[in-house]
Amino acid sequence: MSEAPLLAIENLAIALPQGAERPLAVDNISLTLARNEILCIVGESGSGKSMTAHAVMGLLPQPHVRATAGRILYQGEDLLAARPDRLRALRGHKLGMIFQEPMTALHPIMRVEAQITEVIQQHAPLGSTALRDRVTELLLAVGLPDPDRLRRAWPHRLSGGQRQRVMIAMALALGPDILIADEPTTALDVTTQAQILALIRRIQAERQMGVMLITHDFGVVAEVADRVAVMQHGRIVEAGPVAQILRSPQHPYTQSLIAAVPRLLAAPKPPPADAPVVLQAEQVRKTFRQRSWIPGRGTEVAAVRDVSLALRRGETVGIVGESGSGKSTFARCVVRLLAPDSGAIRLHGTDIVPLGRAALRPHRRRIQMVFQDPYASLNPRRRVGDIIAAGPIAHGTPRAEAERRAHELLALVGLDAAAATRYPHEFSGGQRQRIGLARALAMEPDILVADEPVSALDVSVQAQVLALLAEVRARLNLSMLFITHDLRVAAQVCDRVAVMYRGEIVELRPTAELFARPEHPYVRELLAAVPGQGWLPAIQG
Amino acid sequence: MRDFLRRFARNKGALIGAAVLALVVALALLAPFLFPEDPWDIAGPPFRRPGEMGFLLGTDTLGRDVAAGIAHGARVTLLLSLVSTAVALSIGVVLGAIAGYHGGWVDDLVMRFTEFFQTIPNFILLVVLVAIFTPSITSIVVAIGIVSWPPLARIVRGEFLTLRSREFVQAAEVLGQGSARIIFGEILPNALSPVIVSASLMVATAVLLESALSFLGLGDPNLMSWGYMIGASRTVIRQAWWISCFPGIAIALTVLALNLVGEGLSDALNPRLARKRGA
Amino acid sequence: MGGRLGFIAQRLVKAVFVILGIIVLNFLLIRLAPGDPALVLAGEAGAADPKFLDDLRREFGLDQPVWRQLLIYMQGILSFDLGFSYRQKQPILDLILARLPQTILLTGTALAFAIVAGVSLGAMAARHVGTWWDSAITTLALLVYAMPQFWLGLMLVLLFSVQLGWLPTFGSNTINSGFTGLDHALDVGRHLILPSLTLGLFFMAVYARLTRASMLEVADLDFVRTGRAKGLAEGRIQRSYILRNALLPVVTYAGLQAGYLVGGSILIETVFAWPGIGRLAFEAVLVRDYNLLLGIFIIASVLVIAFNLLTDLIYTIVDPRIELGA
Repeated sequence: MSEAPLLAIENLAIALPQGAERPLAVDNISLTLARNEILCIVGESGSGKSMTAHAVMGLLPQPHVRATAGRILYQGEDLLAARPDRLRALRGHKLGMIFQEPMTALHPIMRVEAQITEVIQQHAPLGSTALRDRVTELLLAVGLPDPDRLRRAWPHRLSGGQRQRVMIAMALALGPDILIADEPTTALDVTTQAQILALIRRIQAERQMGVMLITHDFGVVAEVADRVAVMQHGRIVEAGPVAQILRSPQHPYTQSLIAAVPRLLAAPKPPPADAPVVLQAEQVRKTFRQRSWIPGRGTEVAAVRDVSLALRRGETVGIVGESGSGKSTFARCVVRLLAPDSGAIRLHGTDIVPLGRAALRPHRRRIQMVFQDPYASLNPRRRVGDIIAAGPIAHGTPRAEAERRAHELLALVGLDAAAATRYPHEFSGGQRQRIGLARALAMEPDILVADEPVSALDVSVQAQVLALLAEVRARLNLSMLFITHDLRVAAQVCDRVAVMYRGEIVELRPTAELFARPEHPYVRELLAAVPGQGWLPAIQG
Repeated sequence: MRDFLRRFARNKGALIGAAVLALVVALALLAPFLFPEDPWDIAGPPFRRPGEMGFLLGTDTLGRDVAAGIAHGARVTLLLSLVSTAVALSIGVVLGAIAGYHGGWVDDLVMRFTEFFQTIPNFILLVVLVAIFTPSITSIVVAIGIVSWPPLARIVRGEFLTLRSREFVQAAEVLGQGSARIIFGEILPNALSPVIVSASLMVATAVLLESALSFLGLGDPNLMSWGYMIGASRTVIRQAWWISCFPGIAIALTVLALNLVGEGLSDALNPRLARKRGA
Repeated sequence: MGGRLGFIAQRLVKAVFVILGIIVLNFLLIRLAPGDPALVLAGEAGAADPKFLDDLRREFGLDQPVWRQLLIYMQGILSFDLGFSYRQKQPILDLILARLPQTILLTGTALAFAIVAGVSLGAMAARHVGTWWDSAITTLALLVYAMPQFWLGLMLVLLFSVQLGWLPTFGSNTINSGFTGLDHALDVGRHLILPSLTLGLFFMAVYARLTRASMLEVADLDFVRTGRAKGLAEGRIQRSYILRNALLPVVTYAGLQAGYLVGGSILIETVFAWPGIGRLAFEAVLVRDYNLLLGIFIIASVLVIAFNLLTDLIYTIVDPRIELGA
């Protein structure tokens, strides 16, 4: 790095509005980004990584949040001191940015072509033929086939991956020096994520850009980064070349973060083959129908197609799939939140599919669910103690008894008994997941269905909750259906894994076996797409 | 609750609205003491200007006291509006809750019904209803209720529909709680704030509808109301502006106050939204 | 594209059902009204004449089972026969059609004014949110929103006609003026100003509030941030990103509000003696000509449904997402 850096952030501080958790979102950080490198800024939610990216673009949500100290030098020019129209002239021209949510980041009622051309016409207008050629060239460059059809398309017709490619095409339209990518693959499925990461890396190399990529995922870091900066509570705790940070992290926070990353490593735990089968799903099928009262205009989506699966006592079976694979629908059929169209679900031998609401009630105790969203899964208007005790009370346990038990359960999931009198909003995401687990355990179930229980959590919290789940499961000898999109998480907790694709189970085998020798092409593709495999310890099998 | 009051009190408009509303309510309650005579009685010579002969707001075409009419009218208008809102609330909440909780064809049916009532011109329907069933307190209250419930039903249905798929409601389902418990214990408390807000705004609309009816001569003939006062004096507006002007100010102030309180409630109940609105 | 056609077809079918529903509702109202349905139909015109009432009963099949009565009633209305006003001694449809153009002129002008003024004010307030401009516009909208329209009309008459003498007080043209051509149009225009302003102001307030709220909501969405990241000029972001998307709910709402607009014309036409169907409705109420009143109700509903279809059509043009199903 002999030449002056493309971008230099010096002693940047960003103030949060009064009443926020802390006064400064970003506290005295300094960074450089050179031409032709990818710098990853890693951190958990609230670390200030996204704020830093937005500050470079001059896109902080002013006036509430603003930079209060430091400089951001783009080729020696201080962006913080630049006049608004100068900054505007740089944005989209020399500085490109892509965002986390491709579904909402595009103008919903403007065709793809117009969204791309308007950047060009704003900064460096072209004649109509040249413009058309440029759009074609850009769409091809980001790997979108059939540009002539695509340019006329409306955003809602595109998939998430396609939309993110359009976003990248827009950001690249004028060949920027710097591309800022704020969690560009977090909202995407793992196979799409792998493609987009490869695209970013390829384009960066071709155009010798400086890329600043914000992420929470060390797998992504291992996949694309040249250099890494780790942020915590608004400060940079450690920065350096990627190999150094990943292999020998110095700062304890970095070490704990890396330790918390789930390994793609199957826990060698032979399932008890003779244990009794507690749950048996046979040929379960669920089709969603969008009815219309004009005949023939209704639509059908077969979400779950003839899925069969057996769960033994003490066993954890993972159901892995991308969005739309039907894994959540299947889970909801198993706990009878949805009624399957056909098939059988046997709980200890009794088929619960034909049972009505009343007949189902006694079986409810035996199978409980832990939900994904820690913010939506607890009733905001009830106290934690009531939330946990409500189930047993509904099944006839005396109130005093249920409340005493709620206190025990809070202790079991690692919370203070005083939590019982507080409301859900007083707890963090990880704590709420513990409360949700306590609510399920209060029913003393044999089977736990966990629907993406850790995907909304930061990695360090994720590791804690997974450990708790494992401990509780072992102590109570529970059987568990574990739904997840994350192969690394599945590898850690499951004895057997079922991979779902388009409503069907394409492969169901013991975890170690499946990870070592995947048979179905889709499973192979899925495994290959897991980011950071070169770095993460290889699987055993 | 204390949080809620603090947020409400921070909204200047809402406080002014609450104060004006308190005044109107006080006027309505104190009307029999302030003006013990029947507001229909002739109190003096007709067409007295405001302030003349001790008539604060003048007298009307027959010599009735305009101030007395406004005070007694406050009773009538407030009472009719509150009761008709209660009617609309009970129809709207019940239908909305049924549609939103059951979903499927029940939802379809109820929503088609609601859309139907929302499409037909509601003020004309109101006039038709009151005219055909002859104006009386009951017919007016019921008719206003009938034409006002659809927006509320839509709101309640929307809330129920989203809350129904919210994970804490699904958790209650998995725990095996009964339908009634889920509706009243889990869903309704979380759906209440938009209902409260729209109820307060509906009272304001009801005041306008009631006075419009009385203005057209479709009020209860035994009740002195603001709309009636304006309707009865509109032909003499060139000679006596005050007879129609003051009742109108009373209506506008009451409606304004109710709207301000409604917006204050809305902001206080949804602090996140209020911040977004920059209020 | 098929999605859009399907959408329109769906709306058309819906409109037909709504019209059928209104006819049934009308029928029920006649049946449920206190007293003899024949009396309701006669509208007190021939209450004293038992033979006349008998004729009515026969004509409407009132001596037959209810479902036959409904059928007879529907047949009549679907063949554009709304019955006879025994008060005005004319077919109801003729009465209404003679007055309809005036109402369309009045409500159309009011709506155009309301949309243009309301959206402009709302957009201005949103663009300068939190400033003096915003407060002034918001307060104005709140005030107008709270005033009863009929009273506001009277006060405007008091100011512009009685005090200032600028504009005529009532009617749709100067009687016996003998104006023709352009003079006539100008004369009607002068008469139109106050009533359409009165009717439009309320809806202006509605649209201003709605546009402001909608724009503030859209301004927070992700794609607006994308527009900024693209370095687009602020004016372009406000117009092409924020306003354009914020107007979608305004279009929907304008459709829903059509009914209120026609309803409001009863009051405004009464205040200004504007010879439209609103005024006709008021006259019908005065003399208890229920048959005429119900006829007006049906025609006004059809008018509103037609307007709703128009807004649906506009919607399919401005929002490509409509094909995803409504």
